[in-house]
Amino acid sequence: MSKIYFTDEHEWLSVDGDVATVGITNHAQEQLGDLVFVELPDVGTTLEQGDDGIVVESVKAASDVYAPASGEVVEVNGKLDEEPALVNAAAEGDGWLYKMKLSNADELEELMDAAGYKELIS
Amino acid sequence: MKQTPLYQLHTNAGAKMGAFAGYDMPLFYPLGVMKEHVHTRTQAGLFDISHMVHVELSGQQAANLVEKLCPYHASQQTVATARYTYMLNENGGIIDDLIVTRLGETRFLIVANAGCAEKDVAHIKANAESFDCTVTIIPRGFLALQGPKAASVLQAHFNVDDMAFLDIAEPKDGWFLARSGYTGEDGFEIGMPEADCAVFAQKLLDDDAVEWIGLGARDSLRLEAGLPLYGQDLSEDIYPHEAGLVWAIPKDLRTGGPYNGADALAEKIAEGRTRMRVALLPQGRPVRAGVELKNSDGDTIGTVTSGGFGPTVDGPIALALVNVDAAKDPIFADMRGKQIPVERVKPPFVPHSYKR
Repeated sequence: MSKIYFTDEHEWLSVDGDVATVGITNHAQEQLGDLVFVELPDVGTTLEQGDDGIVVESVKAASDVYAPASGEVVEVNGKLDEEPALVNAAAEGDGWLYKMKLSNADELEELMDAAGYKELIS
Repeated sequence: MKQTPLYQLHTNAGAKMGAFAGYDMPLFYPLGVMKEHVHTRTQAGLFDISHMVHVELSGQQAANLVEKLCPYHASQQTVATARYTYMLNENGGIIDDLIVTRLGETRFLIVANAGCAEKDVAHIKANAESFDCTVTIIPRGFLALQGPKAASVLQAHFNVDDMAFLDIAEPKDGWFLARSGYTGEDGFEIGMPEADCAVFAQKLLDDDAVEWIGLGARDSLRLEAGLPLYGQDLSEDIYPHEAGLVWAIPKDLRTGGPYNGADALAEKIAEGRTRMRVALLPQGRPVRAGVELKNSDGDTIGTVTSGGFGPTVDGPIALALVNVDAAKDPIFADMRGKQIPVERVKPPFVPHSYKR
């Protein structure tokens, strides 16, 4: 059973065991508009919570996506190379960005649940 | 933050609003930047450009004032035509690029960029002191209707069939109509009293061919058309010959003239330019304004001034200023140390379809 967390930088993590699937929220994709390019990390990259280096680009602007937790990237969503608009269509589903093996589960405690995030963006 | 007379229409249409030049402006509508862009290239896009500033010059010496402000022969300009030009500072740097229209023998209209409104008006008023000419800011609603169906849509309201690119008309008291725009498409810019603007915009929107277009697509459209944006591709430190805009100066005025900055510019043109504006196709990913450009040896040879994604090109596009001696060799965009190859092409990225 996975548990979903949100950050105040508008990312979500779905945690299943020690692996988290990471994406940007539906609210974030609405604000960015049509995405045309997603720069993903290489598998094997070690990320510290708060690292930048992942970029989503809309027609007009580039935006950083920060690592919502620390860990090692174990898989990236290869579909986004061909179809970055998948993030617009399904930000919190098929438009996920990458999966990471968490190195410090305690970090999750600082994050919000769905209700907390909903309040943040309201 | 200021609002245009169309603010309510934008929010009713579900626009995402954002700050631009002191105004709360529509960035994109529910259609989204990509579809708004394509709609403008295939049908007709409606833009709120009421944030732009309209300055009327009126008086016996109005043409002489324009010839002081801008490097062209305003006194020979045909009445009811518009022209792309710019104001220069004493060094020959560009204060702002403009469309100047001759409304009558002794009346001119300057339409200037919103972001430059304050400095432009101050500059025009300071120069006007030596001429018999009054300077009046005209508050107006201002719309652009752009795209291959713009003319047929507008024909239902005004007779525009006989107008060619850069022809203008004053169809009613307080109204101003020009066959112009900044998307590379055929189209019109329509000024009117603020009180009339929302009603007229709604009439245009009632046509199935017309959709609202926000600033996001306005930028991608002008970039594909290879048109420079003041504040990004143009500034007071960039000179017309570097920006590739000397074409807008008549030949005899390139070696001197009555306009501000004439001697400085003539000297710079004679010396030759060390940097030039180029159009680039970044390979594989967009590069943004401010990104440094390098040669194969890793030396910095320029900077991206505008960059983004061209929906009609279906790929990344950019304008840049690069050193002339490096412009013919391979160029790379430095993205956090990663070198992205960029191919140099001849602008525009998408051919213009002005009605000549």
